Amino acid sequence: MSHRLQFTAKKLVRMALLLLGVSLTAFLLMNASPLDPLQTNVGQAALGSMSPEQIAKLEEYWGADTPAAERYLSWLGSALRGDLGVSLLYRRPVLEVIGQRLSTSLWLLACAWVLSGALGLGLGLLAGANRGRWPDRLVRGCCLTVSSTPAFWLGLLLLIVFAVWLKILPIGMAVPIGGGQATLLERLRHALLPGLTLSITGAANIALHTREKVVDVLDSDYILFARARGERHILRRHVLRNVALPAVTLQFASIGELIGGSVLVEQVFSYPGLGQAAVSAGLGSDMPLLLGITVVTAALVFGGSLTADLLYGAIDPRIRKGAAAQ
Amino acid sequence: MEPILSVEDLSVSFARYDRGLSRRSLSALRGLSLAVEPGQVLAVVGESGAGKSLLAHAILHILPRNAQASGTIRYGGASLTRERAEVLRGREVALIPQGVTFLDPMMKVGSQIRRGENSPDARARCRQVLERYGLGPETEELYPFQLSGGMARRVLIACAVMESPRLIIADEPTPGLDAKAAGRVLGHFRELAEQGAGVLFITHDLTLALSVADRITVLYDGQTADTVSPSQFRAGTGLTHPYTRALRQAMPENDFL
Ligand SMILES: Nc1ncnc2c1ncn2[C@@H]1O[C@H](COP(=O)(O)OP(=O)(O)O)[C@@H](O)[C@H]1O
Ligand SMILES: [Mg+2]
Repeated sequence: MSHRLQFTAKKLVRMALLLLGVSLTAFLLMNASPLDPLQTNVGQAALGSMSPEQIAKLEEYWGADTPAAERYLSWLGSALRGDLGVSLLYRRPVLEVIGQRLSTSLWLLACAWVLSGALGLGLGLLAGANRGRWPDRLVRGCCLTVSSTPAFWLGLLLLIVFAVWLKILPIGMAVPIGGGQATLLERLRHALLPGLTLSITGAANIALHTREKVVDVLDSDYILFARARGERHILRRHVLRNVALPAVTLQFASIGELIGGSVLVEQVFSYPGLGQAAVSAGLGSDMPLLLGITVVTAALVFGGSLTADLLYGAIDPRIRKGAAAQ
Repeated sequence: MEPILSVEDLSVSFARYDRGLSRRSLSALRGLSLAVEPGQVLAVVGESGAGKSLLAHAILHILPRNAQASGTIRYGGASLTRERAEVLRGREVALIPQGVTFLDPMMKVGSQIRRGENSPDARARCRQVLERYGLGPETEELYPFQLSGGMARRVLIACAVMESPRLIIADEPTPGLDAKAAGRVLGHFRELAEQGAGVLFITHDLTLALSVADRITVLYDGQTADTVSPSQFRAGTGLTHPYTRALRQAMPENDFL
């Protein structure tokens, strides 16, 4: 058991270092960008009509003349205390903005995560088990087409079909416009199209990977032996069991792709989630918010891969029984 | 005695796609014949790549997808069709494969030996066959990676004798074992033969084959070169094929010849 704890501790330290690196890189990139927070937030016209003293005061407020290293360290100091600063665009604490946006996005992400995992695994198994026959060719053809299609384009396509032509699903937003408190059903209806867009893209990748793994397993010695012994339910007994490990890794690794995809998809569907906030923060030079979103999403992605690593240890008997410790 | 298994004129070829997409067939076995009698161990000796595993897989109808087989395989006097093989596999005809990679790495040994059956009967039988090969009931709870080479071989034999097979096909079951462990494995085969089963013992190790088999079939170039008894082989009588004669010359104890 102690080697599992050690393993987890090591992973956590690694994750913390990675987060530090991500925040520093993001900070340096934003610092090097030509966007001037003063101009974007106060407005060029307003800035032009201000007195030099007023500008100096504002510059001090935005911290424009403090050295970059000092600003990063002070950001880091507050961040460690749980304070990510105040968003310039929303005039509210960054954590509050992120929390609210994330809770909206979570509908979408969770929906897409579950759907893409289930669909991808199912299609991958179907294709792999029917290698070379028409279900395999069909699934592979569709998946290759989808994975070479940009997510936002797929989103537009779904939007045109379901919202514009068929008019059975809302065209965007997370809740009906001006509709007071939204019901669960309404929220789901609004999350459906963007969720579907994300799921289809994610499922295609997972299906293609799962299919390859299934084919590898089917070519293995132990499947040959199972067949030689006249075993039934080989797919359930052996293939599923051995595909489970890579499937778990894939599923948790897909969190990163989902979050990345959601930035574009939320834009297409005017879905007021974290992805959309990231775009606004970028365009509006809202450095504290952008930095906050970068760090929080990076933490989500790393958290996903950490979960995968830990689950791996729980599923794989070779690790569970301590073979990895030797 | 009527053979339990007879293979006549077995050929196995593979479809290969060359440059320019012309389809060419590549033959691995061409006109192989042999027969296994009940109560006997027939050793099939051939070098690596001679097609020994293909022979085993052809008998069980588990050849790779790109393989084509022709010829006659008869089991218990009747033609061994795919449908019949599917019924007999794991019941009357058992394969003993080469090593631990033939066990599912994610499944406990006990469950694999029982093929997932959990009836008290199956459990009792499983413990019984494990005990027969000197393995305790705790072996059931182990995963394949926890087995030593010798244990894995005994587990694979236990898999084969869960039901009482009448034909056992052992495909190189000894590599990686020291002489003593290999000797024990071969002893188990002799014992199974003495109880009436026919054993097809596939190996590239001529010395092992000579020590355990009732008859030896030498495979060369996808064909049967010679089938003789160990004493005939040692004496050098009845060897018709130049390859078999060369094989005999190359044996350590024949150095002086
Ligand atoms: N799936 C396959 N496709 C093409 N050739 C194969 C395939 N499987 C085996 N062969 C060929 O058949 C020959 C015999 O293989 P095998 O029966 O495994 O030999 P061995 O006597 O070592 O068991 C080898 O030369 C190998 O290259
Ligand atoms: Mg072989």
